[in-house]
Amino acid sequence: MQMNIVKDGKIPPLWHYGHEEHDVIGAKTFGFWLYMLSDALLFAGLFAAYGVLDHTMNAAGGPTESQVVHPIAATWQTFAVLSSVFAYSLATVALKRGNRAGVVLGMLAAIGLGVVFLGLELADFASLFHAGATPFTSGFLSAFFVLIASHGLHMVFGLLWMLVMLVQVLRFGFSTAVVAQLLNLRLFWQFQASVWVCVYVFVYLKGTI
Amino acid sequence: MLVHVPGPWSPLFGRLTLDSIPYSNPIIIFAFAFSVIAGLLVLVPVVYYRKIGYLFREWLTTVDHKKIGIIYILLGLVMMFRGFVDGMMIRTQQVMADGPHSGGVLGAAHGYLPPEHFDQIYSSHGTLMIIFAVTPILTGLGNIIVPLQIGARDMAFPMMNAISLWLTTVGAMLVMASLFIGDFSTAGWVGLAPLTEVSYSPSVGVDYWLWAIQISSIGTTLNSINMIATIVGMRAPGMRWDRLPIFTWTTLSTNIIGLTSFPILGVALALLGADRYLGTHFFTAGLGGDLMLYTNLFWIWGHPEVYFLVLPAFGIISEVIPTFAEKPLFGYITMVAATFAIAGISWLVWLHHFFTMGAGPYVNTFFSVATMLVGIPTGVKVFNWVFTLYRGRLTFTAPMLWAVGALFLLLIGGVTGMMLAIPAVNYTVHNSVFVIAHFHCMVLLIAYSIFAATGYWFPKVFGFRLDERSGKAFFYTFSLGTAVLFIAMFALGFMGETRRLDYLYNTQWMPALVVEEIGIGFYTLSCYYFAKMLYVSIRDRVKNRVGADAWGTSRTLEWLTHSPVPFYNFAVTPQVNTRDELSWRYANKVADVQPDHFEAFHMPNNTVVPLLIGILGFGFGFGMVWRIWWMAGFSLLAIIAVVIYRSFARDKGYILTAEALAKLESANKPLGVVAETQYLSESNTSHMAEAEAH
Repeated sequence: MQMNIVKDGKIPPLWHYGHEEHDVIGAKTFGFWLYMLSDALLFAGLFAAYGVLDHTMNAAGGPTESQVVHPIAATWQTFAVLSSVFAYSLATVALKRGNRAGVVLGMLAAIGLGVVFLGLELADFASLFHAGATPFTSGFLSAFFVLIASHGLHMVFGLLWMLVMLVQVLRFGFSTAVVAQLLNLRLFWQFQASVWVCVYVFVYLKGTI
Repeated sequence: MLVHVPGPWSPLFGRLTLDSIPYSNPIIIFAFAFSVIAGLLVLVPVVYYRKIGYLFREWLTTVDHKKIGIIYILLGLVMMFRGFVDGMMIRTQQVMADGPHSGGVLGAAHGYLPPEHFDQIYSSHGTLMIIFAVTPILTGLGNIIVPLQIGARDMAFPMMNAISLWLTTVGAMLVMASLFIGDFSTAGWVGLAPLTEVSYSPSVGVDYWLWAIQISSIGTTLNSINMIATIVGMRAPGMRWDRLPIFTWTTLSTNIIGLTSFPILGVALALLGADRYLGTHFFTAGLGGDLMLYTNLFWIWGHPEVYFLVLPAFGIISEVIPTFAEKPLFGYITMVAATFAIAGISWLVWLHHFFTMGAGPYVNTFFSVATMLVGIPTGVKVFNWVFTLYRGRLTFTAPMLWAVGALFLLLIGGVTGMMLAIPAVNYTVHNSVFVIAHFHCMVLLIAYSIFAATGYWFPKVFGFRLDERSGKAFFYTFSLGTAVLFIAMFALGFMGETRRLDYLYNTQWMPALVVEEIGIGFYTLSCYYFAKMLYVSIRDRVKNRVGADAWGTSRTLEWLTHSPVPFYNFAVTPQVNTRDELSWRYANKVADVQPDHFEAFHMPNNTVVPLLIGILGFGFGFGMVWRIWWMAGFSLLAIIAVVIYRSFARDKGYILTAEALAKLESANKPLGVVAETQYLSESNTSHMAEAEAH
């Protein structure tokens, strides 16, 4: 207790007066980074499950990895998702300049490329189903489809979010809430592209070897 | 695509038929009657005194972290009682069903519970106690105390806080529903694969378990985000990292664990759900499924989850002991370091839950050594507490008794844990009740800290102290129960009793089983003293009223503001000058210095959105359990619609003006968590201007 007493008897301020301006965008961005950490762990779990089940034993006599991956199609998917991120980045540049038309155009392009990505994915799935390789065939194929579909589901939510933001930008302009969401959406979109790169490497490229 | 399940199915009601309601089982009828009466005891006064509006405006739609915390704790305590009744039923069944000559009643061959029913009871005992009792109570405590300890007005995201609460409640409600409609899982709280697969567990039991945990764990993850963002971003000026109270430190570490481990549980359950609903083969026996994959994923979450629970308990002990020893905590920095060391190691030990998997000596050795490493930081903590007690001016109030009691349990649980960390020992006692006794010591240490925290912070939240006399009777009866029951259980483990038995073959176990039942008797008695403690405390609340610092020797910031805490926490944000700010203010005789003027600040509005999401979440969970596709689909779409709708709403909150604050502060009323808008309206609504748009 002794060491606690102020020596010269001069007590420092006890209360903090004055209005603290709350950094809304900072708080929301930090919160969203934390969410992304949990999302990263979610994919880590899925990749781990895929790593375990990617084994001839788990293919249960059905098709194995090299028989189901289509790396060329996946390369086109990679181009689509990365250009979608690039388009969204152009929207972010426009946001910095306060250019509403630029933001809308960039987001429309990002949505279009995202739809192309999902279309390619669905086409790939359809061809696999047609060939008789379904998630219900074996443990390996379950992991293959569920890992890729989980990423696809994230992409669908990203597209939905972009559509909502498109309306909000047109309606509210660049209010604090809208800007915070646009920045978080950028994080989300870029993160999903990064996850796709992992999928591309660990599923499609590894599968061709 | 969709898995075919046996039994009738209709588009409107899914698998739900009148036969799903177990109205012929007397135990369930009794439980139903008990729940209905308890529910009516709450509901009738609310209706009679016309408090529905109040309940809705002030509690169900609240975004206030203290009220959300109180609801969390109430939910947890009710679930803890139900979990206790389950435990009592397990013990009673075992003492009745020992040996071939033990009789059976109520349709059971031995004891009074048929195997199917007994299996549901131990599954729900574990699920309730860990997921729906201890987790919500600790989350609630963090909710109430952490913003106060760091001098914040609320959490970083108040509405998301309410969403977390209602999602957790949905999980608890699903487990409750399973009691009266359909059945619960028989595969243990861990969900033993492949027993959880449709081919072995075709009923809705596993689905109830799966969705209850899945939905509530989304709530827990959101709460972790909120807590970390709050502690990092909302600290009062001067609250540097080296001044952060230990409870806040442990809450931070625990939520880092929660944020990173709950997604893994989500994956494990989602893959199991895919197996059960879509017909994939992740964990099936055959067709390339791998059941140990489930076990690994589950425990990669499960072990960090144990530390997710125990770290805040350590934080509570670190707050209670210095207050009642009248000394600063010994070794603050080592305490923080030990906390984060435990949090880090928590990720490297999951395999010790199944050494017998047969992973080989190298893998087992790695996890064995990692597990033993946990003992080092935990030992540091114990010595820190002991050195804090050493030559302190000790006051043995009820919270202090619980905290010191927890140390003994930590010692027993920790030493037996070290034994289990040795694979050679583990192979011998694996799946025996020795393991059960060990982890009950650890979980009871958490329960002890919870009771310590309840007594310690109760006056902060409600403005009056809990009755010491019945509180101590509660402690002593509970501790007797703990000692008697679990010492006997350790012995039974060595005598070879394995866990989860509805029938015991060895009559030599009988004496120890009777001792266990006596322990349960003491626990039951302690429930009476708990109820008495609440009754007496509320009856004598005027006599037990306290000022800002309920104990007179408290050290941290939460004791600086009024008790009960006003809805705005601090009229003026305190400037923090040192660690243990309040004891510093005492030492410099400035603890009573009040702010000389007030300034306006921004407050969030209450909202119905979180409650709505909760109700729809229940619709989704219930629809999925019974395969009522329209209900699940509609609820899910409605949740998305509500979230989108909310993102368009421009709810700016309100400004609490300086005049309104001055009036509230000088009113000297029992301001608090109990009534918010009531006092606001009394203090003249004209003071409340609409907040400016950002």
